[in-house]
Parts: sequence; C-alpha cells; structure tokens
Amino acid sequence: MKVLSRIYNFLVFGFLYAPILVMIVYSFNATKSRTQFGGFSFRWYTELFQDQVILKSLYISLAVAALSAIIATLIGTLASVGIHAMRGAKRRAYLAVNNIPVTNPDIVTAISMMILFVFFVTRMNGMEMGFGTLLISHITFNIPYVVLSVLPKLRGLNENIFEAAQDLGCPPAKSFLKVVVPQISQGIVTGFIMAFTLSLDDFVISYFNSGSTAQTLPVTIYSMTKRPYSPKINALSTLLFVAVMILLVIVNLRRSGENKKEANH
Amino acid sequence: MNRNSLTKRLVTAPYTFWMLIFVVVPIALVVYYALTDANGRFTMENIMAIVDYKKTFGVSVELALISTAICLLLAYPLAYTISRMKAHRQSTMVMLVMLPMWMNFLIRTYAWMTILENNGLINRFVRMLGGEGFRMINTNGAVVLGMVYNFLPYMILPIYTVLTKIEQSTIEAAQDLGANRAQVFRRILFPMSVPGIISGITMVFVPAVSTFVISKLLGGGKTFLIGDIIENYFLGNTGTVNYNIGASLSLVLMILILLSMAVMNHFDKDETSGGML
Repeated sequence: MKVLSRIYNFLVFGFLYAPILVMIVYSFNATKSRTQFGGFSFRWYTELFQDQVILKSLYISLAVAALSAIIATLIGTLASVGIHAMRGAKRRAYLAVNNIPVTNPDIVTAISMMILFVFFVTRMNGMEMGFGTLLISHITFNIPYVVLSVLPKLRGLNENIFEAAQDLGCPPAKSFLKVVVPQISQGIVTGFIMAFTLSLDDFVISYFNSGSTAQTLPVTIYSMTKRPYSPKINALSTLLFVAVMILLVIVNLRRSGENKKEANH
Repeated sequence: MNRNSLTKRLVTAPYTFWMLIFVVVPIALVVYYALTDANGRFTMENIMAIVDYKKTFGVSVELALISTAICLLLAYPLAYTISRMKAHRQSTMVMLVMLPMWMNFLIRTYAWMTILENNGLINRFVRMLGGEGFRMINTNGAVVLGMVYNFLPYMILPIYTVLTKIEQSTIEAAQDLGANRAQVFRRILFPMSVPGIISGITMVFVPAVSTFVISKLLGGGKTFLIGDIIENYFLGNTGTVNYNIGASLSLVLMILILLSMAVMNHFDKDETSGGML
C-alpha cells in the first residue's frame, strides 16, 4: 500500500511538472524547432531581453500590480474597520457586494467593467481604454480579497484600546494608525501580497480592459501564442519559474527559521 | 459615540463609492444591455437568442463537469497521503503542489501545445516505437486535459486542508471498532472532507466552465465554449461584436454559476450535519 501510494504521488507530481520541465529544456534549444532538440544555447534568452514589447509589458504588469495592491489595501483596510462595526442587514449587504467579484467568473467581471468603460467613452467621450482602465479594473478585483483577509483579524481586536487612546487625547486617525493597524498588520500584509500576486497573474480582466496601449505580460504572452512559435516564451517562462521557486524557498526557509526560534524560546 | 459613528462612516466611504461604481453599476449595465437592443429599446430577443447556444452551453458544462470529476478522483488520494505524512514533509509537498499554480496559466497551457502537437513529443515518441501518431491537439480531450492540468491544485489544496484536520486517532478508533478500509472512508473520511470537496469542486468548475483560453489554445477553434462566444461578442471583428447578446450570455453564465453554488452549499449543510450524527 505504501509503495502504491508512493508511485501514485510520483505520477501525479510527474503530470504537474512534466510540461514545465519540457519548457525549460526547450528554452535552451539552439534551433527554432518546437520538438527537435538542436543543441544547447542561450539564444532565446538574449532575444528575450532585446524584445521591447515584452520588456514594456513586464514593466506595466509590475506597475499595475504595485499600484493596484497599494490602493486596494488602503481602501480595503479602512472599509474592513467600518464593515466590522456594522450589524444586521447592512453588514450582510456589504459582504454580499464584496463577494460579487470573488464568486463571479473572471470573464463576467471583465466584460461588466468593459461595458462600463465603453459606456462612458461613447456617452461622455471622457476616457480611453488604457493604463487608467487597467488600473481601475485591477483595484476593483483586488479590494474584496483585502477585505476578506483583514476582516477576520479585526474580530479578535479589543476596541476599548482604540477608544482609550482617543480619550487620552490622541486624534482618531493617529490612534487608528498607532493602535489598530499594528494589531491587524498580519491581515493587511496578507491582503497586500494576495492583491499583488492576483494582479500579476491576471489575464482575463486585463485582456478585456487594457486596450492596445497598456498590455500586461500575460496579455503579451497570449498574443505571442497566436503568432508563429517562438521559443522566447519558453525562456520567459523558465525565468518566471525560477523566480517564483526562489521566492517560495526563501519564504519557507524564513518561516521554518521563525518556527525554530519559537521552539527554542 | 457620535464621533465614532461618523469616523466609521467616513472610513467606508471610499469603499462604498468604489464598489458601487465599479461592481454594482457594471452588473446593472450587464442586465441593461442584455434586455435592450442596439438603440436602447427594451427587448427579449437577446435572452431568446440563448436558445441558439444551447449546444455550446451543453458542451461547456459537460467538459467542465468531466474535468471536475477527474480532478476530484486524482486529487483525493494525493491529498490523503500528504495529510498522513510528517509535518515537515507535508509543507514541502504542499509547496510542490502550489509551485505550478504560481506560473501563469497561459504558460502552463502553452506548454501542453508542445507536448500534444501532431509532431509533438508524445507523437514523436509513439512513432519512434513504431506506432502511428494520433491527433491529440484540437480535440475535446485536449481541452479537458488542459482544464485538469490547470485546476488540479485548486482541488488538492482544500481537500488536503480538511483531511489534515482529521486526527489519525479517529481513523484508528474506527479500525479498532472493526471498520474495514472502505467503511473508514465511507463513514469517517468522506463525511468529514465534504466541505473541502465542495470548495474544490467550485474552485475547479467555475474557471473551467467559463474559460476561453484553454479552448482556444488546445481546442484550436474546434471546441467552442461559452467563454469563446462571449469573448467573440466583445472583442471579435467589428462585424461580430454585439454587446447585447454578449451581455445576455454572460448574465446566463452568472446565474448558472450562482445556482450551482447554491445547490453545492445546500449539499454542504446536509452532509456535514449528517456526518456529525
């Protein structure tokens, strides 16, 4: 039984990693063939770093992820405090609206915002699809995840301390920063990281709301898959995979280090 | 008291404003577009047009259900064995499950094109062994494979999370009382893992039924899913763009998913309370 389950685990993990392995191997292919391996080379990596379209979209992806995560964390954290204090039907209504972007399929969220933007462009001639609409759409799908990670942290909060700080003459904004924020910082950080990664990873919502001027990396990758095969995608994917792996290993090492520290105390 | 309620109203103001304009209004606009024609006059025609896409809805739901079932069958044994490992091995395994998830799903889907192609790795291997190559890419099977591959971790993780909470002693107690393997699964493991299975099913089914990328890349335009049709109505050629029909299809998709989630939640309540008894 033990051997069987080992073999089974091996097969499932093989299934999960085989395509990634294939991609890594072919990113070092000297020829353009998708299947014949014609010797080892860094050719596609050099071409990747000379591709202005890819570099620009990487920059846009990072900018949108950082900006949308910061703004969503600000709006979401403040809102969590308010929602936490709500009771009854009002609270239920807020949480229901908060859940709309979480439960809806991405494509529905994407087209609903696209209709809004097009509606305004045609009716009011105010704005064009581009970085602005892209940023707005990312903030919108990020906010609910911030609320969902901050709200549970507020449950264990002692509200008397917040009031005590104010009674002692600390202005509300300052006492919020000094008293409430430190107690829920874990939830805020989780929310921010979640917002950042969701934004970086998103394709569907960016695809419908970015227009032609502000394409994110996934949108560029999508348009590359439609054109004739280029191993540059493999090189790019390999680099992303290595970056993610290093990041996860660092996070895990730090976590196990902290656990050891706690165990020693 | 007054001072506090005012600050509390102020802190939610940006959120209320944002969610109203960018979540509630857009959903209302989808409903509005679905129920009007190009000139803004009320019509039921877009909703009626859905009858033409009966087949597409059928195929989308069918492929998504098959993928969800395969994911569940593949994920459960793996999640179970991971949940019975030592703590430090568990966290390594969970990291191994999550690592591919961090890759963009376009890249993961694209990788399969290389493997499944007519001159791809599998076919070359088959020919090397003297067999005849067969067509895998641009079939429904390839689309299902792409869905299973992309969404499998979403099934493994929630099931693992509930299984890891079941103490080994609970299973041993059942065995001591004479339960065989099948009975342990049916009476202990399965009832206790229902919440994880439910969230796994929703996390796989929702993106699978609404995808348009996997069907485009691995179905090669032969497999049309509801997502492909919606995408075509919003971003297709100028001749095919029709927000009104696109909106009505999205509305139906949204309702379909809300209904299936309501059904799933109903199951969840029934099963867990049943399992407790």
